[in-house]
Amino acid sequence: MLTDDFDPMRGQMLSILDQDGNIVDESLVPSLDDDMLERAFRNMVLSRVADEKAVTLQRQGRLGAYPPNRGQEAASLGPAMAMERSDWLVRAFRELAGLLWKGLPLDRYFLGWMGNEEGNRFGAENRITPSSIPVASQYAYAVGLSYASRYRREDAVTFAFTGDGGTSEGDFHESLNAAGVFSLPMVFIVQNNQWAISVPRSRQTASATIAQKAVAYGIKGLQVDGNDLLAMYAAAKEAADRARSGGGPTLIEAYTYRLGNHTTSDDARRYRLASESKEWEARDPLARLMKHLYAKGVLDDRKTEAIWEEARQTTEDAVSKAESFSPPSVEEVFRHTYEEMPPLLEEQMQHIRREMRGGT
Amino acid sequence: MTVMNMVQAINSALASEMEADDSVIILGEDVGRAGGVFRVTDGLFERFGGDRVIDTPLAESLIAGMATGMAMAGLRPVAEMQFMGFSYLALSMIISHTARMRNRSRGSYTVPMVMRMPYGAGVKALEHHSESTESLYVQIPGLKVVVPSTPREAKGLLISSIRDPDPVVFLEPTRSYRLFKEEVEDGSFTIPIGESRMVREGDDVTVVGWGAMMPMVQEAADASEREGTSCEIIDLRTLSPMDSEAVVRSVKKTGRVVVVQEAPMTCGVAGELISRLTSKAFLSLEAPPERVTAPDITVPLPQGEKYYYISPDRIYNAIRRAASF
Repeated sequence: MLTDDFDPMRGQMLSILDQDGNIVDESLVPSLDDDMLERAFRNMVLSRVADEKAVTLQRQGRLGAYPPNRGQEAASLGPAMAMERSDWLVRAFRELAGLLWKGLPLDRYFLGWMGNEEGNRFGAENRITPSSIPVASQYAYAVGLSYASRYRREDAVTFAFTGDGGTSEGDFHESLNAAGVFSLPMVFIVQNNQWAISVPRSRQTASATIAQKAVAYGIKGLQVDGNDLLAMYAAAKEAADRARSGGGPTLIEAYTYRLGNHTTSDDARRYRLASESKEWEARDPLARLMKHLYAKGVLDDRKTEAIWEEARQTTEDAVSKAESFSPPSVEEVFRHTYEEMPPLLEEQMQHIRREMRGGT
Repeated sequence: MTVMNMVQAINSALASEMEADDSVIILGEDVGRAGGVFRVTDGLFERFGGDRVIDTPLAESLIAGMATGMAMAGLRPVAEMQFMGFSYLALSMIISHTARMRNRSRGSYTVPMVMRMPYGAGVKALEHHSESTESLYVQIPGLKVVVPSTPREAKGLLISSIRDPDPVVFLEPTRSYRLFKEEVEDGSFTIPIGESRMVREGDDVTVVGWGAMMPMVQEAADASEREGTSCEIIDLRTLSPMDSEAVVRSVKKTGRVVVVQEAPMTCGVAGELISRLTSKAFLSLEAPPERVTAPDITVPLPQGEKYYYISPDRIYNAIRRAASF
């Protein structure tokens, strides 16, 4: 087992592809056929293009504050590739590549960040939860989703994401603790991107790794090179298999880096060195997978260019679709507070409607 | 019909809903073998098993969040906060997710769960065990807040809360848990959420209360009646959504009103209700609306509680002020 071979207490990190896309250890390579690998690359490219587009749209005033994903694509995509349709993906807010793989419609993604709750009307059938902004709080309802699926004897693993900052929150502790106690079929993925806005990982915990926190909860833990798609997939697959067979939860620390700002409102130059970001640029998960697939003969220039072109087109289409959504009506803004609108809300809504029409 | 106290009535509601629907699940601290610190879940662990009557780790945010996730997945969890004073640890979860998941997802996800919380002072308890901070919950869009005042009310309202499609904070007055017994229907029955209860009709003063205040409201009203002031008593019983219309109708008849609230005064439910009354029954008012509330101080420990806790005398005095204005 990977969790036995790579002990976070001894600082061992799972890595399969090196920075240049070469295989470090052939015996660790997960069985993914060429078609699957090409789809994974396609997905990462789409995520990258859509993400950059979102930043551009924000600068143009067509989209609200936005948290870029650049550099973290493998950390969410690897786990998503290990998921079945019935599995739950409980998101934080920086998992675009994984979400696309799981089936999130890209236009809804844009729509959400454009400031319309309609962007979240997709989840139940895809088993994707809406983004959760209070960090790590989503871990608590992930525990409930997982408990429910086991209670109903469903074959469903709950994958829950947070970041390194989230590990300092009480909900992180309460949820991992409970998942361990109930031995739930869960995979907790911490995208350790080294920075929680301006605060470095070293300010979140004195632990040498985040993965080693699993030891205290009596669950499995693994630190993984989060920019290595093959390693992220292998780790998540093993964790998911263990969860499915009743072996309980796993904590995966995806060791990665936020190449962009925390959000479009942030300026990372205020608190971190350009040289650090530059170093991590060289470990870009997308470039790394691409090099690997070139070496394998899965990709060539012609194919790669077509994939980028397709991603640009898909993104443009999704943006057009998102922008064609009408802003919500007053009824829409009111009516999802409760299943049935209480009389006072109805009254307040009518009042606003009257005033909007120039009444008193 | 069986004669029972409020603890037994709540237990009976839980048992009958669990019997009828296997999606109903109980979770909380000490709810399993111990049957809850107030014995509200007594016998349910033995009857329905540990998968459905879950002793959780001691972690309120987790309990609220876990129930939220269960509800999102289609279960009907009934979570217990051991005391309202500990629910603050879950407040962020309740505000950030439980209450707004439906709206945030435009109805893709709903959270049909109940959070039972024993509340209230007057029981000589430790610090944090006497809280009455319902206004915190009434302020949160997406939540319903229900407060029963008798055993029968508790059963009917709890069954409605469990079946409700939205999250309900169900406040149980610890002071009334074993205060008195009454006849309660044996099977399932519901009392609608969002409708107040006319306890007694009268002509001179409308007196509104809820939860643990109701026995004292009735005592004060009885004393007033003996002196010739006829009181109309309304048990508000749902604080959100609040049935202010029923109170407006009553005040249009009596012209005078006293609202009795166990919680501190400022920004309380009484103030909200009176504000609505002054808007909607302004021309019917014959006296300034009165409110009887706790002062805006921390609940004192038992030795100082008499300066804080509402007595029938204080309600009686307010009725007299309203009647004689």
